[in-house]
Amino acid sequence: MFPTPIQKALPFVQTTYKVVLPIALVLWLLPLIGVALTSVRPASDLAAGNYFGIPSGFAGIENYTAVFRDSPIGLYILNSFKVTIPTVIGAVALSCLTGFALAVYRFKGNLVLFFLFVAGNFIPFQILMVPVRDMTLRAGLYDTTLGLVLFHVAFQTGFCTLFMRNFIKGLPFALIESARVEGVSEWRIFRYIVLPLMRPAIAALSVLVFTFVWNDYFWATVLVQGQHAMPVTAGLYSLNGQWVAAWHLVSAGSIVAALPPVAMFFLMQRHFIAGLTLGATKG
Amino acid sequence: MTQAVSPQPGFWKKNQQKLAPWLFLAPGFLMFIIYVLVPIFESIWISFHDWDGLGAKVWIGLGNYAELLQDDDFYTSLKNNIIWLVLYLLSIPAGLAVALFLNQTVPGIRLYKSLFFFPFVLSQVVVGLMFTWFYAPDFGLFSKLIEEITGQQIAILADERFVTYGIIVAGLWPQTAYCMILYLTGLNNINPEQVEAARMDGAKGLKLLWHVILPQLAPATFIAMVVTVIGSLRSFDLVSIMTAGGPYGSSQVLSYFMYEQALSEYGFRMGYGAAIAVVLFLIMMVFITLFIVRMIAQERNA
Repeated sequence: MFPTPIQKALPFVQTTYKVVLPIALVLWLLPLIGVALTSVRPASDLAAGNYFGIPSGFAGIENYTAVFRDSPIGLYILNSFKVTIPTVIGAVALSCLTGFALAVYRFKGNLVLFFLFVAGNFIPFQILMVPVRDMTLRAGLYDTTLGLVLFHVAFQTGFCTLFMRNFIKGLPFALIESARVEGVSEWRIFRYIVLPLMRPAIAALSVLVFTFVWNDYFWATVLVQGQHAMPVTAGLYSLNGQWVAAWHLVSAGSIVAALPPVAMFFLMQRHFIAGLTLGATKG
Repeated sequence: MTQAVSPQPGFWKKNQQKLAPWLFLAPGFLMFIIYVLVPIFESIWISFHDWDGLGAKVWIGLGNYAELLQDDDFYTSLKNNIIWLVLYLLSIPAGLAVALFLNQTVPGIRLYKSLFFFPFVLSQVVVGLMFTWFYAPDFGLFSKLIEEITGQQIAILADERFVTYGIIVAGLWPQTAYCMILYLTGLNNINPEQVEAARMDGAKGLKLLWHVILPQLAPATFIAMVVTVIGSLRSFDLVSIMTAGGPYGSSQVLSYFMYEQALSEYGFRMGYGAAIAVVLFLIMMVFITLFIVRMIAQERNA
């Protein structure tokens, strides 16, 4: 193990480590702690210039109620779900198929296609912006959640294909071979032999895509204009413009907007990290 | 009976293995073609036109590119992109340092690791708002700190000299968390025998890290490089949230400059925007090509 386990160090060093650990964490999360504290701060604190001190009282309930009552954030959150959930289902489903095709079959152009998906994943969004916006407008999907879903599904399929293909490559190929010998059709091999083994990959991708798409801000501003379809990232930005200096409300709004992916992360941590660190160990 | 009616099953049986991959690929690849591949070429095509997004496109050849070369904002954006690229790379050693710090087995360490990773899960919009508030003149914690040290008030996000650096610091926060988790996973998979053998030979500390540990972490470093380089050139959210490119366009980057020109309040300039996007695309293609070449080499070895 590297570095040397702390248990082998002098007792003094061990104690120091245990003391430094929480301090480092507080410093690391300081911006977050500041926002969390401010979201429960009474408005009078801000007026009195008490921005970073101990809140003079607990106004969390008032602030969070005010955010939901005085702003359409509830609607924004709903829109984000309407974009995110169908995208997760669509992108994961499509990439199960593409990943299977690229992992199991040998055919001309296999690697070229695979790296096309990989490269597509890295390009700047701006090179897609004008045509995608134009296409969405012409299809009558501008300013709708469906317009966002279709784009996200297509784009996320690149990343998901990379992931799924590498995952399926790691499965024992003998399973598929023996099924073929017995005359099982290709579709049934996919459906009844490979797909059940892909559960961990599906879980990992679902949380990752959920987080990526929930946190998307660029496409939310490019493909949506009105409140009725606006996801919470873009919504929060416009609220920030309205609530000038009402930092307690901006903070409460930020916390609300951050909550779903955060909850997802803590619930599915193992899968999340497995997905994110794919390839960090071998290759 | 059914087999006698149509020759299909026979044909299908014979060619199933050849056709199956294409059928499996079709839906996903079709979406990818429509939304990713074709738009790249459309953007390149549009960049040779003057177009407001509604009327007819007017062919102007390299006109947009010629204008770009005369545009001061373009050079500011380019310069800032380079600063982003260079400074963003700091998240790799920083992430390694945090990972080394946390790679211990003491009670509660799992929770510590998750909480250190936490910033990555937040939307950049939220990160941007947090840091804007951190930097706020008069009361922001960071501004207070600077005032204590230097004796003068500096409004980071309103000062042309510091604004880009201020935004990059905000970006480094989640990016360091990302690199940290890559390295933590890498450290977890290090070959303990090699480490022990090196220790027997008297290697320790930085020497051990440099000669034994880092080579084993190469895959993690590679992925950290890829996501950091790509992330730095893609930077859009933080610039948009924290400064909208200001003050006076001094924190512009190509991605935001493009967006602003294409969807400008003074009239859409889709052609000009597309030209900026093409430049950014070409810059990124250099890095993407390098990365892909390495990935193909790995694939061949596997």
